[in-house]
Amino acid sequence: MSLTYLDAIREAQRKALATDPRVYIYGQDVGEFGGAFKATRHLIKEFPGRVLDSPISEDAMVGSAIGAAIEGQRPIVEMQFADFSTVGLNQIVNQAATLHWRTQVPCPVTFRLPCGGTAGSGPFHSQMLEALYAHFPGLIVMTPATVEDAYSMLLEAVAIEDPVVFCEHKFLYYHLKADALPAAALPSGKARIARPGRDVTVVAYSAMVHEALAAAAALAREGWEAEVVDLRTVKPLDTDTMIASVARTGRLLAVGEAWPWGGVTAEVVARVASEAFELLDAPPQRLNAKDTPVPFHPDLWTAHRPTAESIAAAARRLLQL
Amino acid sequence: MLVVFQSSDTPPTTGLAGSEPVQTSEASARYCQAFRWMLLARVLDGRMASLYRAGKIYGGVFLGKGQEALSASLGLSLRKGDVFGPLIRDLAGRLAFGEPVLDVVRTHLGSALGPMQGRDGNVHRGRPREGLLAMISHLGAMISVVNGALMARRMKGDRMAVGAASVGEGATSTGSFHEAINQAAVEKLPLVLVVANNQYAYSTPTSRQFACADLLERASGYGVQGTTVDGTDLSDCLKGVGHAVEEARRGRGPQMVIARLLRLCGHGEHDDAGYIEEPLKASPLGRDCLQVAQDFLARQGWAFEHEIRNWRREAEAQVEKAVEEASREPGPDPYREDWCALASKHLSQVYLQPLG
Repeated sequence: MSLTYLDAIREAQRKALATDPRVYIYGQDVGEFGGAFKATRHLIKEFPGRVLDSPISEDAMVGSAIGAAIEGQRPIVEMQFADFSTVGLNQIVNQAATLHWRTQVPCPVTFRLPCGGTAGSGPFHSQMLEALYAHFPGLIVMTPATVEDAYSMLLEAVAIEDPVVFCEHKFLYYHLKADALPAAALPSGKARIARPGRDVTVVAYSAMVHEALAAAAALAREGWEAEVVDLRTVKPLDTDTMIASVARTGRLLAVGEAWPWGGVTAEVVARVASEAFELLDAPPQRLNAKDTPVPFHPDLWTAHRPTAESIAAAARRLLQL
Repeated sequence: MLVVFQSSDTPPTTGLAGSEPVQTSEASARYCQAFRWMLLARVLDGRMASLYRAGKIYGGVFLGKGQEALSASLGLSLRKGDVFGPLIRDLAGRLAFGEPVLDVVRTHLGSALGPMQGRDGNVHRGRPREGLLAMISHLGAMISVVNGALMARRMKGDRMAVGAASVGEGATSTGSFHEAINQAAVEKLPLVLVVANNQYAYSTPTSRQFACADLLERASGYGVQGTTVDGTDLSDCLKGVGHAVEEARRGRGPQMVIARLLRLCGHGEHDDAGYIEEPLKASPLGRDCLQVAQDFLARQGWAFEHEIRNWRREAEAQVEKAVEEASREPGPDPYREDWCALASKHLSQVYLQPLG
């Protein structure tokens, strides 16, 4: 059996629907059509009345999920693209994220955001919005990088009592494959050492984990051993695992596909610099996408975001500092 | 049918205690009951305003003066098990729906024992698990939350519950309003959407808010039933809102109620409302619904001045008791606050900060 990252997301939803009668899926085209990416294909047949097509109304989709959660349901809201979640931003950050703090009533809604760039997708079908959501208190933000994590973390997202923004990377949908679904997983909020190394720590998440691993393979051919940390969840951020890695390597490169101003890589550098400055042998570095909208043309797109080559180049420079 | 109007008709926590049972017709009993919620709301609002002027309240105070007839009619038409998403001028409706007076006072005074524990204030209060939603400030945003609660009820097999959301005419200009009423129509939800057209959204008159001749026109555009009520007339409100709630409960889909009235106060107590035009104040829209109802009670012979005076005294006593109680209560303690926005405490982020 071979499963893609996308299969894992569908199987996690199937399991959640099968094991918890409170779970339902709501989003555009998720019913008979099976979703724009087919993440809900056939689920409506297995679970009639629990996979609901919504109008193109992200604000109302999110608002209604919050109302259902108050009533004890556990909605999974599929945004067709992460980019469109900003239409529902107000409900996510001001209503879902504040509900428990204000009223003591939990808001267990999972927001599935197909995010990140693929060649030719352009400015409005490619965005990485994890930093935007992580900025607001009251939200958990997950960025799974593997088939196994896509499955186990989505199940966890549904089980968590708080709103979870689940950033699933479209580039990984079909590229990644695994032999089987995992029986066990790391706890939520724990990062993973994706590749051990002694010379430089590369902290990455989502699709950038694979670019970082490819960069590490290239560096290994030159004699450098890069340690790749997969954050898995960007909020909460597993500072301990990052610092433990930097304690081994003395050097930090934070890599993100999102824009450079602020964001996850800035948070990673700030944490390590302020909490473990003495462990650093060189100034901590960040590598992000360029500070422009995500370009349409594949040649521009490839140059816009970090790649294995640019990560390796940044690591080489850092290793010489 | 004869019914007995007595204090047990009201939620025990707010209990309009001490009133004598009055044998009367169903219509008059309902009218009197609604009037007493209006009166209690007016008294309570007035007390909050005086505490605001005395500097005893953090943040703002927002009154429902002039909107009590509409609001009380909605609260009274709903029943336990329904869902209510009130807005800022819905004190009467909240009370009629079952919100304890003490919740209102505690939240305004910032008592740690209130439902919001000092984390949110004034009109931003509620008990969501009991069907009373706690509004956020973004207008139109609560309507889809009511929708979702109704969708959840339907999934769980409860087809008897009705959900109501209150907005002003200003909220009808938002995307949230449009998305939510359309969603309710598509899902055929038992939603009652009450629009209080009080002529001003803060200082903006309706001429700068919408260009249609009447907001009621929108109902047919969304494919929902719509009705208009005179918000200054309790009889008309009880009839129109009551009918809308019944229709929704009968499975006739979303109902839109447009009420015409005038806000008889500022947006908040900080606002002298100097922008409200005199001709409007002098027009039928500017009538005080409480006075109109009081005159009606006397004309019908359902309640006279001395009786109403007694009701007012009871309301004042009830409010004073709550103010005394809440005033003695502690505010929130920053050192006991857990500063954790998550229900999943184990997932809260730890931040090291150089505090010595």
